[in-house]
Amino acid sequence: MTIIRRLTLTTIAALSAFSFAPASWAQEKTDFKVAWSIYVGWMPWGYAADTGIVDKWAEEYGISIEVTQFNDYVESINQYTAGGYDAVTLTNMDGLSIPSAGGVDTTAVIVGDFSDGNDAVFIKGAGGLADIVGRDVNLVEFSVSHYLLARALDSVGLSERDVKVINTADPDMVGAFQTADVTAMVTWNPMVSEIVALPDAVKVFDSSQISGEIIDLMVANTDVLADNPKFGQALAGIWYETAALMTSDTEEGAAARAAMGAASGTDQAGFEAQMAATKLFADPAEAVAFTSSSELGATMDLVRAFLFDKGLLTPGATSQDAIGIELPDGTILGDTDNVKFRFDNTYMQMAVDGAL
Amino acid sequence: MRLINQQLSAPLATALKFAPFALLIFAYLLGSAARLAENPNDKLLPAMSSIAAAVDLMAFTPDRRTGDYLLWTDTWSSLKRLSAGLGISTVLALIIGIGVGILPFLRALLVPFVNFVSMVPPLALLPVLFISMGLGEASKIALIVIGVAPIMIRDLAQTVLALPREQIVKAETLSASSWLIALRIVLPQVMPRLLSSLRLQLGPAFLFLIAAEAISADSGLGYRIFLVRRYLSMDVIFPYVAWITFLAASADFAIDRLRRRLFPWSELEGSR
Repeated sequence: MTIIRRLTLTTIAALSAFSFAPASWAQEKTDFKVAWSIYVGWMPWGYAADTGIVDKWAEEYGISIEVTQFNDYVESINQYTAGGYDAVTLTNMDGLSIPSAGGVDTTAVIVGDFSDGNDAVFIKGAGGLADIVGRDVNLVEFSVSHYLLARALDSVGLSERDVKVINTADPDMVGAFQTADVTAMVTWNPMVSEIVALPDAVKVFDSSQISGEIIDLMVANTDVLADNPKFGQALAGIWYETAALMTSDTEEGAAARAAMGAASGTDQAGFEAQMAATKLFADPAEAVAFTSSSELGATMDLVRAFLFDKGLLTPGATSQDAIGIELPDGTILGDTDNVKFRFDNTYMQMAVDGAL
Repeated sequence: MRLINQQLSAPLATALKFAPFALLIFAYLLGSAARLAENPNDKLLPAMSSIAAAVDLMAFTPDRRTGDYLLWTDTWSSLKRLSAGLGISTVLALIIGIGVGILPFLRALLVPFVNFVSMVPPLALLPVLFISMGLGEASKIALIVIGVAPIMIRDLAQTVLALPREQIVKAETLSASSWLIALRIVLPQVMPRLLSSLRLQLGPAFLFLIAAEAISADSGLGYRIFLVRRYLSMDVIFPYVAWITFLAASADFAIDRLRRRLFPWSELEGSR
């Protein structure tokens, strides 16, 4: 019996060396992989990779950073959660429900922006939000759209019981809105700007009404970051250089916006319209102030309550406290023994102090 | 003795049958244990106990929100779509296949068209279907029909054309009309092939079903897989994949049994 046991354990140890073993458990290292996907607040990462800003900062810290674009947002998060990437772009809600709920301790290195109108609820025909009662609502289930719908319904005293949610893939939203059986929809940009232009579309709620609750982040594996602070510093350097460039009112700034617009399937004007619906933190001081404010805790509290209600906070979670969320001032929401999601001001503060 | 003449003893044959399955499960268990040792909350290769808990939750516990048993409502929605799609395809294949096979007029009219249509990649048509037929059941069933029917029609027309010409001539000498020949000579002989053709199309039909459900649905096996993929719930995905495989294998087996039952003579030709 002991022989079998020892044999099994040895085989397990041998197998764990195979590719399934996560890449990100290493200690100090020099090669890092970052995943990002197309979204207005994340386009700077792709632009920085294309124009050499990434390499410049990586060289400065003596590391190398490989930036990969994913056409599928969820797949990029899943790859990060599985250990294939050291950092990924995601929203505060998906960060909590995918990597953190999957046991991967994740730290928000950069709070890049929050949605300030980029996500919206539409209904067909004239009327207001209350007319949504009894309708089928097409949206990507369990995404920030679902959260926005829950917050919108809440704001007029309704609940999800009053509507029926139909899961619909995001690339098909614009087409779907034009079919007769779709009468209500929740989606994000660039689809929002397409749908607004349709004749019978009425925007009844958008993310500017829950300002600061849908936050776009660059997160990294906490263990990797702890062992390699240079990686965090390089990320901050890349972000603030690119963000300053894209918000500047210069020829280079316009060229950057045009390039990011083209990369996201629109043009400079379309991209600037999306930027207008996004509160981009190009100034690190603003980002630090936002992350340090007490409102962030209140937002994360709403988000985890939503996720718990949908059963997305680890299977078998008995309360919304199942996962601990650490805020920059050290306060912990939820289980202090299971902190898996952290907001960390360190690297953004270094940008403020000019210490990068 | 040559390897090709090897006689396997009954116990060895049985052991070999189960070996690949056992190996697969063993490899999974090892990989899962290795990942869970690193991170107890890992979702990629969940432990059998979490899979069991997920099965219990999906199949035997009413949903908190709707009170439905999710696995069964998903199965029911998917099977309705699948049987509608395959049913329509089978009827089309039977009528058009025989028509094309025996009538030169229809052959000239439809063969190039069907051959052409059968080359359209159905998944590429999906956005068009959703916009023209809406996001409801019609577009999902249509996708299955477009994907499956042309191949079945071609297969059946080939079968009709391969019937010995002598049989038709013989029937003509006995003064049978075209209609009678279709009904009494051709139809009985192509029925077993129709069922075999249906069996072969089960796999593609499931593929189209899942693709359609991934885009827009509120229940269904493919819907659930693509929904829980959003938070990497492999503990739900693995049982669903196993269940879909089981459903497809059962349908395959049942159709084959039906063919043998209805057309015992088709077995004589060795068309196993």
